[in-house]
Amino acid sequence: MTLLDVSGIHTSYGISEVLFGISIRVEDGECVGLLGRNGVGKSTTMRSINGLTPPSKGSVKWKDKEVAGKRTYDIAKSGVGFVPEDRRVFPELTVWENLDIARRSRGKANEWDEAKVYALFPELETFKDRKGGYLSGGQQQMLTIARSLMGNPDILLLDEPSEGLAPLVVDKLQEQIATLKDQGLSILLAEQNLNFVLDLSDRVYILEKGEVKFEGTPEDVRSQPELVKRYLTV
Amino acid sequence: MFNNPVLTFIQLMNGISLGMNLFIIAAGLTLILGVLRVLNFAHGAFYMMGGYICFSLVGLFAGLPGGFWLAVVGSAIALAAFAWVVETTMLRHLYDRDHLYQLLFTFALVMIISDLVRFNWGTNVLSVSLPNGFRGATDLGISFYPTYRLLLTGMGIFVAISMWYFVNKTRAGRFVRAARQDREMLESLGINVGRVYMLVFVAGSALAGLGGALAAPAVSLAPGMDAEIIVQCFIIVIIGGLGSLGGAFVGALMLGLLKSFGVMLIPNFEIVLIYLMMVIVLMFRPWGLLGKPEAK
Ligand SMILES: Nc1ncnc2c1ncn2[C@@H]1O[C@H](COP(=O)(O)OP(=O)(O)O)[C@@H](O)[C@H]1O
Ligand SMILES: [Mg+2]
Repeated sequence: MTLLDVSGIHTSYGISEVLFGISIRVEDGECVGLLGRNGVGKSTTMRSINGLTPPSKGSVKWKDKEVAGKRTYDIAKSGVGFVPEDRRVFPELTVWENLDIARRSRGKANEWDEAKVYALFPELETFKDRKGGYLSGGQQQMLTIARSLMGNPDILLLDEPSEGLAPLVVDKLQEQIATLKDQGLSILLAEQNLNFVLDLSDRVYILEKGEVKFEGTPEDVRSQPELVKRYLTV
Repeated sequence: MFNNPVLTFIQLMNGISLGMNLFIIAAGLTLILGVLRVLNFAHGAFYMMGGYICFSLVGLFAGLPGGFWLAVVGSAIALAAFAWVVETTMLRHLYDRDHLYQLLFTFALVMIISDLVRFNWGTNVLSVSLPNGFRGATDLGISFYPTYRLLLTGMGIFVAISMWYFVNKTRAGRFVRAARQDREMLESLGINVGRVYMLVFVAGSALAGLGGALAAPAVSLAPGMDAEIIVQCFIIVIIGGLGSLGGAFVGALMLGLLKSFGVMLIPNFEIVLIYLMMVIVLMFRPWGLLGKPEAK
């Protein structure tokens, strides 16, 4: 079943248009990668999906319902979890408080609670009384993911989770995201770290200048070095 | 003057009592400023409305037991309702605009309320009599002290503790703090931040109404009483740090004490001391005593 179906969206910041007819879809249980250099529109695509920067044209179908133009909090409540780039933990709230404000039951079997997110990210339990602003980059990244999980989403929009993290931390994060995927959570993953996204994804899209230039499997990308050279290396 | 311990004590108590009344008002202003990023010029006018509405309600409830207290609660509720109308019909459409629009809008509110007050209550000075049981003085050992002023002090402390508890220890308070830090992110977690804003504006304005109603028996009601209060509240918020409740508490206390002792030192010019205090604080801590330097 297609969970998320974005078709032909155009999105602008003020008068400057940055997405020119992006179409992507995510099937239930899939992890889909969004690749592309800085500034191609990965984050804007995610913000268009969750309504922070609504598209001016095109459609965003979430579980067969049109959500383009709906309010961000309504989209979030219907199961779209957002983990933005540069993390955005609430710096003055403790780890525990960051998790608590995101807590939302959606009547699913086996819902997330604090104990479960601590089991996935043990470091967070160690620092649960520490303010978000005093965590390391890796811990903040785990906290943003954990915070989204507390809302029991059906999909995670994960924006550059590995950005700025040490290699060992990235490896651990990759395992944790793989665990989430194995549990059946659908994921849309924007990344510049090629191996990270190819290892995790079932399918990938490559973006350039606000358009989708390629769609295929991680194997397709690995077997076509010219793709990587053309669209991804700096 | 300080060689008269009784006088000094009374001025100390006056300063605290004044400070605590100012705190109730300034707390609402700083709460709204911190969360909504709106500097509400009309906050003083809301305070004035609280005082006048209390005057009318005291008349209405005369004869009822606890009539004054009903009037105080009624004033706070009236201001909450008024703020709700202002927020839902007008203010919420200005959040995304330049700050200048918000300033102009709240300044227009000042004018409108000022005319409404003149129209409805006239320009004569009105006064509210002290409630039963609080007319006399209480023996504090060192001297007798007006009971109602003690009550004002107690109310300020009560409001401070309640607000501290609400903001730091309840889930709704966590939403308020999160909204202050990152509106978009909170929205992305499924929270209707627009409603949080509305409730904060309503609660902050109700505090102005409460402060005005409680002050009514201790001051005289006259058009223009809002100007003095808003200036003092601005100073408190600046000294304490924009958006900081703890800062508003400290700032209100400092201002109250300075006013009451300043009157003894240089009568009629105590306002100079207050500006001086603000300048000194800003020289050493431009972001206020308990504020934080702006990140961006
Ligand atoms: N808030 C903003 N205001 C104006 N332009 C923006 C804003 N955010 C991003 N952009 C522009 O939109 C384009 C796409 O950015 P973005 O979606 O962040 O790309 P990516 O996430 O792929 O790096 C870039 O050209 C960027 O400069
Ligand atoms: Mg980005």
